[in-house]
Amino acid sequence: MSIRTTKKVQGASPGLEVRDLTITYNTEDGPLDTVRNLSFKIAPGEIYGLVGESGSGKTTIARAVVNYLASNGTIKSGRILLDGVDLCTKTKKEMRSIWGSDITMVHQDPNKSVNPSMSIGNQIAEMVRVHSGISKAEARKKAVDMLSWVRMPDPSRVARRYPHQLSGGQLQRVLIAIALVTNPRLLIMDEPTTALDVTTEAVILDLIRDLLMEYQTAVLYITHNLGVVARLCHRVGVIYAGALMEQGPVSRVFKKMLHPYTLGLLGSVPRVELDKRDIVLNTIPGYIPQPDSLPAGCIFAPRCRGAEDACRASRPPLVDTKEGADHITACRRWQVVKNTPEKFANPQEKREMREPTTEDIVLDSVNVKKYFPISRVRLGDLIRGKRPVVKAVDDISLRIRQGFTMGIVGESGCGKTTFARCIAGLEKASAGKIIVGDENLPYVVSKRSADQLKKIQMVFQNPDASLNPQHTVGASVARPLTRLKNLSKKVLQERLEELFQSVNLPKEYMNRLPHEISGGEKQRVAIARALATDPKLLICDEPISSLDVSVQASLMNTLMELQNRRGTSCLFISHDLAAVKHLSSWIAVIYLGRLWEIGSASDILKPPHHPYTEALFSALPIPDPDAKQSRVRLREAVPSAVTIPPGCRFHPRCPRKVGEICENEEPPWQDYGHWHKICCHIPLEELVEIQNADEGDLQ
Amino acid sequence: MKKNRRRGASWRRLKHYPATLVGFFIVGFFLLMAFIGPLVAPYGYSDQNLSERLQPPSREHIIGTDQFGRDVFSRVLVGSRDIYLTAGSGALLAVLIGLAIGLIAGYFGGLVDEILMRLIDVLLAIPPLLLAMIVLFSLGSSRLNVVIVVGFLYIPMVSRVVRSVVLDLKTRQFVEAAKLRGETSLYIMFREILPSVLPPLAVEASMRFSYAIFLVASLGFLGLGVQPPSPDWGLMVGEARNFFSQAMWALFGPAGAVVILVVSVGFMSDGLRRMLLPGGVSE
Repeated sequence: MSIRTTKKVQGASPGLEVRDLTITYNTEDGPLDTVRNLSFKIAPGEIYGLVGESGSGKTTIARAVVNYLASNGTIKSGRILLDGVDLCTKTKKEMRSIWGSDITMVHQDPNKSVNPSMSIGNQIAEMVRVHSGISKAEARKKAVDMLSWVRMPDPSRVARRYPHQLSGGQLQRVLIAIALVTNPRLLIMDEPTTALDVTTEAVILDLIRDLLMEYQTAVLYITHNLGVVARLCHRVGVIYAGALMEQGPVSRVFKKMLHPYTLGLLGSVPRVELDKRDIVLNTIPGYIPQPDSLPAGCIFAPRCRGAEDACRASRPPLVDTKEGADHITACRRWQVVKNTPEKFANPQEKREMREPTTEDIVLDSVNVKKYFPISRVRLGDLIRGKRPVVKAVDDISLRIRQGFTMGIVGESGCGKTTFARCIAGLEKASAGKIIVGDENLPYVVSKRSADQLKKIQMVFQNPDASLNPQHTVGASVARPLTRLKNLSKKVLQERLEELFQSVNLPKEYMNRLPHEISGGEKQRVAIARALATDPKLLICDEPISSLDVSVQASLMNTLMELQNRRGTSCLFISHDLAAVKHLSSWIAVIYLGRLWEIGSASDILKPPHHPYTEALFSALPIPDPDAKQSRVRLREAVPSAVTIPPGCRFHPRCPRKVGEICENEEPPWQDYGHWHKICCHIPLEELVEIQNADEGDLQ
Repeated sequence: MKKNRRRGASWRRLKHYPATLVGFFIVGFFLLMAFIGPLVAPYGYSDQNLSERLQPPSREHIIGTDQFGRDVFSRVLVGSRDIYLTAGSGALLAVLIGLAIGLIAGYFGGLVDEILMRLIDVLLAIPPLLLAMIVLFSLGSSRLNVVIVVGFLYIPMVSRVVRSVVLDLKTRQFVEAAKLRGETSLYIMFREILPSVLPPLAVEASMRFSYAIFLVASLGFLGLGVQPPSPDWGLMVGEARNFFSQAMWALFGPAGAVVILVVSVGFMSDGLRRMLLPGGVSE
């Protein structure tokens, strides 16, 4: 692209170099070293991924690099060199000319990074003008060029729009355009795709990778998502509690990891491409230590399954393993990790799966619909006598058999949560039947009898909101027992202990308040509370999405264990296809309030897929740099559920659209056997052919 | 875990905010005086000594004497009982009724909410002092009537704060979990929602208290509050006004007490907010 001018690289060592960085926060409890002795280098044109769990200090590092720490944070020691120039010694005033021209940043939440009262074009133009001083007209022209360069459809129109008129994915493109317009020497991206849907994330990641190939920019990419690192980065640094644990080329770190923490993280992620349901996910026991209570020896030793006395005695240095290019690790026993990784993994690797013995149907939802009236009424609609509605759930029928887990996947806003809430009775369905066992349930929860209430319980998404902050967790679990089961005091205590044990929580926890336990533990309590009434159907609405990967893994293990042992049927909702695949025996794919594909978990992931399922699958970031995935991308943004496209609802975004038939006719349900059904115009044999061919191209 | 030191730290954190400490101290001092004022005051609050009228501050009379030769300092100390009792009960009344209205309006929403909130709007539209004067003129001025007026006037603010907190809480998932086990509305309101309303309510109550002190003093000044010879601060300011040129200390004593107490309660409520709502609940 000719719109860029190449900056001369000055100094002896081009790129970013962080040397021995220690960052201290002054808190009321005294100074805390949140980041300690961190060193890394990023060459021009290289994407360096910094990956770690929440609380590991990732964002602090990013802020220190741009010399923009919070007012109580200071760089205690170390140097940050950009093209050989030390940034730590610069004053805020000097930094101002560096910010935006030499160093730019893309943040997590695009909505917070734009000025809502300025048009998109003006925001980009302003950036150009501040740093290059060209005329207004030229700057505006350049803004449109930039927009088309980040593959924004219809750039000149988008330039005149305001932030609220764009989707999250489009805004993130704008911010990438703003960050790159000055051709910076360092670009910092702090979780730029975390707030986006997987499908949009895939598009943005492709864009970032393609654009940066043309640049000589050093990129610091911060994320908690290992899959994103595998797809995008050249090198990776794994950070834990403010210190580097392992660093090296992505191809090595993900394949031949030399630190038990990396091993644990990678083992925690369920792998969608492996067709094994009986696998027990690897977990990392314990919690990340607080900076004021770090262990004396290796900081990971308390959570390490292979820690020895020597590990606990003194802190091991980072060692270059000489195992190929620049692969360093902070583990004393890296040779053992390399040769016998199983010594560091979960002792139990497989679980014996119990097959359900009955054919009973637990939940039968028949043509369930939920229409929300729109609050904004237009005069024209009033005259015509219609009330516009949002069709959040539009005719969903599915059955769950006793002992099976039905997973529901789809992008955000496609109606999965609304459907679950209708089943639970928290939202009043507009039409349809909700049959549990052999009873037709009333639509709202307040009309259901105690006996009916017992049968459906729910685990919610946000652990912080799902427990009453003023009640002890024991009381929260006990209440459904006294309310719906009328247990006596003595039996109650026994039952409570049993429930806490079943979700792997010590019974001493009963007297704690929710703010005294971690997010993962809160979710365990929520599961115990839901199981207290022995429900026939457990609805899990994104129960693990807000947690760290290692916590997700242990929670998924618990859910699997419970489901396997108790035979509870489960409706598991998530946008994360890998998690759904891991936990469910059946998967339903939902888009714009309708089902498009339903089948057993293993069938769903083999062709034929519905084109939408295929897109979800190929968008999923897999934590394996060699993973073979077809590159089917969707155009951004789920359309509004008010104006649903005619014909096949998916046709405006469908990568496999065949022609007019898709625009005019509703697609038929086709059966591929074993209850694997797809709703599409394309004959299934043809789908198999094209999808196999696409995957073949990759191999 | 990282969060459980939050509560314990909130007291320790206070030392970083000297204003709050001072606030707590002064409010506590006047509260103590409300109980033991008559015992520690150097003179009786109504002891007249006409030979020592309008004396300037001296060793015997720290802030001088008034037109009847009464010791202003003693009257201020003893008067704190009046102010605490009247303003405190008024604020308490407002908090109780406001809490009930806020809970009902917030939890049930819809038409109930609409009707209650529009009534509150009507109450807010009337200038408070004017309303107080009209009511007290027609009902006659007594301590009970002042309490009722103060309580009535501050219902809108309290109920709005409570309602906004309830609106947020009722969409939380622990409330939905309660619905899933078939709890009644009363149970959800009082057992699930109310406990989380209390901290912001305590902050709000302390703010209402400081406003109530001000209003009670204003009413006393206008002669609509407690009647002489009671050592009501507002009343004292009103009386001393006539002798301002001869003895300004008799005015500055009680007026200063009002200012100091109102500001102190303000500092205290700031501190309460910091301790009880560490995440910060916006109003």
